[in-house]
Amino acid sequence: MKDPAANQPYRLSPELRRGRCWGCWVLAGILLVLAASVASLELQLTAIFWPENLARLAAFWGELFPPNLSPDFLERVGLASLETLAMSALGTLLAMLMGLLLAVLRHPITSLLLNALRAIPELVWAALLLISAGLGPFAGTLALAIHTTGVLGRLFAEALENAPAHPGETLARLGASRAQVFFYATLPQTMPQLLAYSLYRWENNIRAATVLGVVGAGGLGQMLMIHLSLFQMNSMATVLLAMLVLVLAVDQLSARLRQRL
Amino acid sequence: MMRRPMQHRDPAWTSRWIAASIGLMLLWPLLLITEFQPARLLSPASLEEMGRFLQSFLPPRVDAEFLALLASSAWKTVAMASAGLALALVVAIPMAILTTERLSIGATEGRMHPLAKAARQLLRGIMAILRSVPELVWALMFVRVVGLGPTAGVLAIAITYSGMLGKVYAEILESGPPEACRSLIQSGAGRLQALAYGLIPQNATELISYTVYRWECAIRSSVVLGFVGAGGLGQELEQSMAMFAGGEVASILLVFIGLVALADLLSRLLRRPLESQ
Repeated sequence: MKDPAANQPYRLSPELRRGRCWGCWVLAGILLVLAASVASLELQLTAIFWPENLARLAAFWGELFPPNLSPDFLERVGLASLETLAMSALGTLLAMLMGLLLAVLRHPITSLLLNALRAIPELVWAALLLISAGLGPFAGTLALAIHTTGVLGRLFAEALENAPAHPGETLARLGASRAQVFFYATLPQTMPQLLAYSLYRWENNIRAATVLGVVGAGGLGQMLMIHLSLFQMNSMATVLLAMLVLVLAVDQLSARLRQRL
Repeated sequence: MMRRPMQHRDPAWTSRWIAASIGLMLLWPLLLITEFQPARLLSPASLEEMGRFLQSFLPPRVDAEFLALLASSAWKTVAMASAGLALALVVAIPMAILTTERLSIGATEGRMHPLAKAARQLLRGIMAILRSVPELVWALMFVRVVGLGPTAGVLAIAITYSGMLGKVYAEILESGPPEACRSLIQSGAGRLQALAYGLIPQNATELISYTVYRWECAIRSSVVLGFVGAGGLGQELEQSMAMFAGGEVASILLVFIGLVALADLLSRLLRRPLESQ
């Protein structure tokens, strides 16, 4: 007879067992897709370590030094940075308003619309909008606003849905209209979360805004493209530094603001 | 003596009013700098141009030859995103583990060694630089070095996303109640044991949904990288747009929407077994 004091061998509960099985299958699937991806792309990831490519990489970095720091060039970079910053801020702001509007009008069609807006990247929106808005920061701002509307609209809709229902129901029972319930219960309750999402998107948008200029939509990206195509690598280095500073500054500012929410 | 009925004034009224006016004052230069002129969209010339372009969207091009091309470019785009993200994970996971303070035995037992603190700051700084240069810029650099093609795209995605994933993974691991991980370390578990049995089970859902979300972003990035010659859907789109072939543009945009819907579906599928527990 078995010693009753001996520990039973540990068995996973059926749910955990099923969960692990599922996890293994998913992992196998992911690895399969990954292997197929790498095989079909004919990647040469080690190519950067080939001596001639390493030499080219070193030459590329060497050409960047010293950055062009002449006063009038710095002034132009400063203006372009300001333009990029304004594009990202205004784009995010417009997206907050439109996203909130679409999130409030909860309907299968608006969620389809939000998904479509989100699916198409900013740069593609910018390239499409150039036709009607012309070259310049206006097209870039609209492109950021449109894509971000898709992202924020969806996040806002989820946040509004998860807001505690009780305060709103109380107001409604006291005779408040639906608009009043929204402005005095749902919105104040979810505001910190909505603002946090918007600040996160701003951090994303400053990165996107720096490159929108590549298709002609204004800002630092446009300068980057011009100096790269003219092989003025020293000027390009300055633009790259400006991008880095701008992105890090916005990250810091947004993190500070989020902490205070 | 008659007293006026008490006014129920909103106590936050003044501060809100001031905040709103400052906001509006800041908005004005933003509108000027970005040359924000919505009227330009509605000018007859621009309306006519846009109308013609949009009309050419219909019908989307769906002949067999084009669809086959689309399918192979879509696969290339997804493959570039997946390979880039996988490479990013190889860098990001160790970075996240190294920078997570909850896994620091020193910090759990009292004070972190100043050298360990400095190393964490250094790694965080490296990740900040990796993710702050946009992937398009990395791609322009790699195109110079390894030539046009998906290799440049994959490397660019890998670099940017390793910085992003590393930072956010560390943030996710630091969030939530610290007790499980702390008690594991205090009872003698190693860092990796504390990670595997303390932090990962606690945060698995969030880690997975963030990774799938970033995969979706990587698909969009790889579309954008196609614009500078990395191949895939982005390159097709650029060519179709240069030729004003609206029908082709429409089909390609529809494929984007489909891909993102697919990523959504995948995210829900992967999270479901974890959420039901």
